[in-house]
Amino acid sequence: MENISPFEITPEHLYLSRHQFLSRRKFLTGISALVASALFLSACRKQDFLSGLGGSDNVELTPAARGEPGVTDNTDLVPSGKDEPGVTDDTDLAPPAKDELGDELTPYDSIVNYNNFYEFTTEKKGVARLARDFKTSPWTVEVGGMVNKAQTFDIDDLRRKFGQEERIYRLRCVEAWSMVIPWLGFPLARLLREVEPTAQARYVRFETLYDPGQMPGQHSKTYAWPYAEGLRLDEAMHELTLLATGIYGKPLLPQSGAPVRLVVPWKYGFKSIKSIVKIDLVAEMPTSLWMAAAPHEYGFYSNVNPDVPHPRWSQSSERRIGEVRRRLTLPFNGYAEEVAHLYQGMDLRKFF
Amino acid sequence: MGRLKTHWLQILTHIVSLLPLAILIWDFRQDRLTANPIQEITLRTGSYSLILLLLSLACTPLNTMFGLKSVSRLRRPLGLYGFMYACLHTLNFIGLDYGFNLNLLREDVFGKAYIWAGVIAWLALLPVAITSTRGWIKRLGRNWERLHWLVYPAALLSVFHFLLLVKADRREPLLYAAAVGLLLLLRLPGVRRVVNKLRDRLKFPTFLAHSG
Repeated sequence: MENISPFEITPEHLYLSRHQFLSRRKFLTGISALVASALFLSACRKQDFLSGLGGSDNVELTPAARGEPGVTDNTDLVPSGKDEPGVTDDTDLAPPAKDELGDELTPYDSIVNYNNFYEFTTEKKGVARLARDFKTSPWTVEVGGMVNKAQTFDIDDLRRKFGQEERIYRLRCVEAWSMVIPWLGFPLARLLREVEPTAQARYVRFETLYDPGQMPGQHSKTYAWPYAEGLRLDEAMHELTLLATGIYGKPLLPQSGAPVRLVVPWKYGFKSIKSIVKIDLVAEMPTSLWMAAAPHEYGFYSNVNPDVPHPRWSQSSERRIGEVRRRLTLPFNGYAEEVAHLYQGMDLRKFF
Repeated sequence: MGRLKTHWLQILTHIVSLLPLAILIWDFRQDRLTANPIQEITLRTGSYSLILLLLSLACTPLNTMFGLKSVSRLRRPLGLYGFMYACLHTLNFIGLDYGFNLNLLREDVFGKAYIWAGVIAWLALLPVAITSTRGWIKRLGRNWERLHWLVYPAALLSVFHFLLLVKADRREPLLYAAAVGLLLLLRLPGVRRVVNKLRDRLKFPTFLAHSG
């Protein structure tokens, strides 16, 4: 094989050891802290809470912090960062252990055992087992619609042709929990440029595999399978929008959307559609599965927005997996500087 | 003989009611409550509460219609355990999930229908739980039964609370709703008469029908 998996270069324990230990201990001490706080309700709780956010007032959006000693485990291995948050390229061998806001990576074990993937089951802890034998090879992705060069890519061709880079992104689920995940993948824009969208193309529509034999959840009549999602073309072309094929340097596992999935870090997790078989450039705004299932609860844009509550619950705070205390949710999940301009002049309460 | 059986049935009830809590604690210690343990605790305690409340409500019809008098003795422990899980559920939400952060709680959940349904259900259960002792039964007389009717709206509101929280697949909460509906139906005098007639016609074994 000509493409060496970064996993072969960076031992997994460099990623894992410290984080698993820390998060477990942090969780337990957090619990005891809460028991204590139950007894002594302190007046400055809000202050405490805000300081726990890692100084979000003066967020530094370049990953320069990675190079500072003491910030990561393996500072001697960390190369200088690029200009965009969480962006590294193929030559970066030792990924940072934190995101650009200084938040620690979620342990691999948590990422692959806590999944929303209704094609298998609605129970998050049950997806991994049910998805174990899911066939991800052979796999093709058909890219068509309003393009000049419609193509069907084999999954291996996709990886080879568009390269693999690591991106550390926060993932914020609409259910108010979040993770920090080191993805492996390539910008969707590269693929779209390759197929050349025509002037009429304004949206991109994505579709997940439909195969109830392999995906038992698709027998359920509750949802209009196959899962579908959509982006506006400028959102799809944005540098942060990723087609991911791996996590922690390893190929995606079925429960995480193998072999290829979308990652749009400033939108709620359900926008990041999994196990993609079809990508179409279209003129009209596509209807996603969730828009069809509950139009008042899930809009097309679904940008992470603490000021726009879900009809049934608020989105102002979230729980980072592995932590006890809630964090305040950041506008656009902390990526406002990069993406807010895409929505200038739009009423985000109306276009939720 | 009858006393002995009742005794064992009661012990069994205590074990069955406490077992989920023991498993919950065990799973917590073993780190088996998913990557999001607080949410898992919320889900589990909520389900246990609802199931035990429904079982408690089923005791009376089982006694009056099928003469299972020993079962009626389980109504109180089942109901109280149901309330215990409801308290754990609420405490977990306020204490662990929101860290007793009243500002955040107010901002996040006030005005949300699911919260009100849950809070009112818990408030309805509170006087019922307090007055479940023999002393209170004597003191309240006829009013005791009236007060304890609150269990039905509490159960209905709990199911509604659950229903508001599921995303799209409403089968599980609807199943609970059907159970509460059926139990309410069985309390109607007309329905009771019909069921009694049916029972006699089907010639239920007399020890079942008239042991009380």
